Amino acid sequence: MQRNILTLLILGALIVAAALLAQFMGIRLYERIATTMFVSMILVLGLQVFMGNSGILSFAHIGFMGVGAYTSAVLSIPDRMKGMALPDLYPILENVQLSPYLTILIGGLVAALVAAVLSYPLMRLSDAAAVITSFALLVVLHTILTHWSAVTNGPRTLFGIPEATSLWLACGAAVAALLGALFFKESRTGQLLRASRDDEVAAAAIGVKIVKLRWLAFILAALFAGIGGALWGHFVTSFSPRAFYLKETFLILSMLVIGGANTVTGAVIGTLIVTFAYEALRTLEATINEAGIMADQVIGLTEIVLALAMIAVLSLRPGGLFPAREIGTLLTLKRRTGEKP
Amino acid sequence: MDFAIQFIINVLSLGGAYALMALGLVLVYGILKLVNFAYGELIMVAGYTMHLVGGSPLPWLVMAAVGVVMAMVAGLATDYVAFRPVRAKSVTAVLITSFAFSTLLQNAALLFISPRPRSVPLPEIFSQSVMIAGVSTPMRDIITIVAAVVLLGLFAWLMQKTVLGIAMRAAATNFTMARMLGVPANLIISSAFAISGFLAGVVGILWIGRIGTVAPGIGLEPLLIAFIACVIGGMRSLQGAVLGGFILAFIDTTLNYTLSQDLLKFRDAFTFSLVILILLWRPDGLMKGPASGQRT
Repeated sequence: MQRNILTLLILGALIVAAALLAQFMGIRLYERIATTMFVSMILVLGLQVFMGNSGILSFAHIGFMGVGAYTSAVLSIPDRMKGMALPDLYPILENVQLSPYLTILIGGLVAALVAAVLSYPLMRLSDAAAVITSFALLVVLHTILTHWSAVTNGPRTLFGIPEATSLWLACGAAVAALLGALFFKESRTGQLLRASRDDEVAAAAIGVKIVKLRWLAFILAALFAGIGGALWGHFVTSFSPRAFYLKETFLILSMLVIGGANTVTGAVIGTLIVTFAYEALRTLEATINEAGIMADQVIGLTEIVLALAMIAVLSLRPGGLFPAREIGTLLTLKRRTGEKP
Repeated sequence: MDFAIQFIINVLSLGGAYALMALGLVLVYGILKLVNFAYGELIMVAGYTMHLVGGSPLPWLVMAAVGVVMAMVAGLATDYVAFRPVRAKSVTAVLITSFAFSTLLQNAALLFISPRPRSVPLPEIFSQSVMIAGVSTPMRDIITIVAAVVLLGLFAWLMQKTVLGIAMRAAATNFTMARMLGVPANLIISSAFAISGFLAGVVGILWIGRIGTVAPGIGLEPLLIAFIACVIGGMRSLQGAVLGGFILAFIDTTLNYTLSQDLLKFRDAFTFSLVILILLWRPDGLMKGPASGQRT
């Protein structure tokens, strides 16, 4: 228990320190980067809740981010903008205009609801079949977001979303997500689920209802993703369905994998490291492009380096930087001599 | 009658291409339990190789052969980069590395070639049509059907009659036992990746022959198709992959003819929902294939 509190304190302090740093640097760009990072962190923590505890890779996560972002956007776009932003909107929704702070929560709940309805039968599957169905689910969600013009404005950009996400709102949400992920991991559900991850047959033999537990974790993960998506929507204020597909899936996955999917610490540290590397590489790309060294625009460098980093981490240290123990546990173990880490 | 012939030719040519794609994916999955996300990029590699050698005076068939060989090389590279370092570790690690390798190849194409589509040299015959029983049919459909028949026949012969094929089937059934009986593991795995690359290369040329250009994201659609076909047919059965390819072509063609324009946009959502349903009904696909042992 003490170790978990220590983990929570250290990681929470890291998150708040990042926010403070971004604010006191006084550069608008850094604030934007930090806000985006907190949104990513919420998504990565959500993915960790499902993947870390159940041991099953899910590709559908970003799809639920999209569901949350669009739900919150549709419910909060001001009346006078709605006609322009969503010309085909159903009449019943035309006069709905709620506070963005409320719709962010609703976005999360709707994503969780969609996940609850769609995913229960999928949780029976393991390994390759589970991965391919989650991939299929991502494609289904993406296709629907791209073509359901009435609610999403089709493949075009949806604009006019009120700005509501500040640095500190995102920071607070990230801390809440951290709390949620740690709490879930240590809850009875989380512990039983991890038992099933380590040995499915043995866990089933002692009466663990694996399908139901996975389902609960999946719903919680979708809730995180939905809230993350809604926060992001109210931060950038205009987006299109393209923002919720494979490139983002890759980014989120690289954060979790590099940090270590099995621990909450891994999710948080992975997000910090990858965001830092990503921004540094993007700056490098922009510098090369401005200097005009290459004939064409340099794009894709960031992804190449991230992909290489992911492959390197997986072959050298397959569990990521924090493969099994949370940072609080590691620190308490080090202080006591004689106990092996 | 005309309609029926057109429908049959569509299903056969699409199905042939789909079946070859699925076969390449299932071959690797059967032996290694590796869902190869970088499979679509092999098609991209074949396309870009054709684009790069496009200016040379080589005959087209030689260019195509170079494209196929490069796809095989890329297939082997998948083995060395994405699979060997992590194969003793978890299934998830293998999956993620293949996903990372796919991203790597795509972005390498973005960075070193161009984000915009590039033209691929194609012989005249790809744009010609012939009349079959009063229906104007593009030659490329006929070429696809012929290529599929020839390659499927060749593949069946390879798997049934040659030592390599028998060893690969043995490895797919029980890898550990096959190794104990003296089947060289690395050679079998490399051959599987090379054959998988070969199939992807040929399909790539037929696929790109429909569009005439190659772009970095071109591998996604064939990859999705191969996924669905495998899942429908059965991830462990080679016959299942072929069957899955033709079933998927039948479903796609039928949806194309029957859905209204409004709903056609959602075609992928329909087909993928179907995949989810089939997996729920039969988690192993329609054809079961050999019971598989542990990987490595």
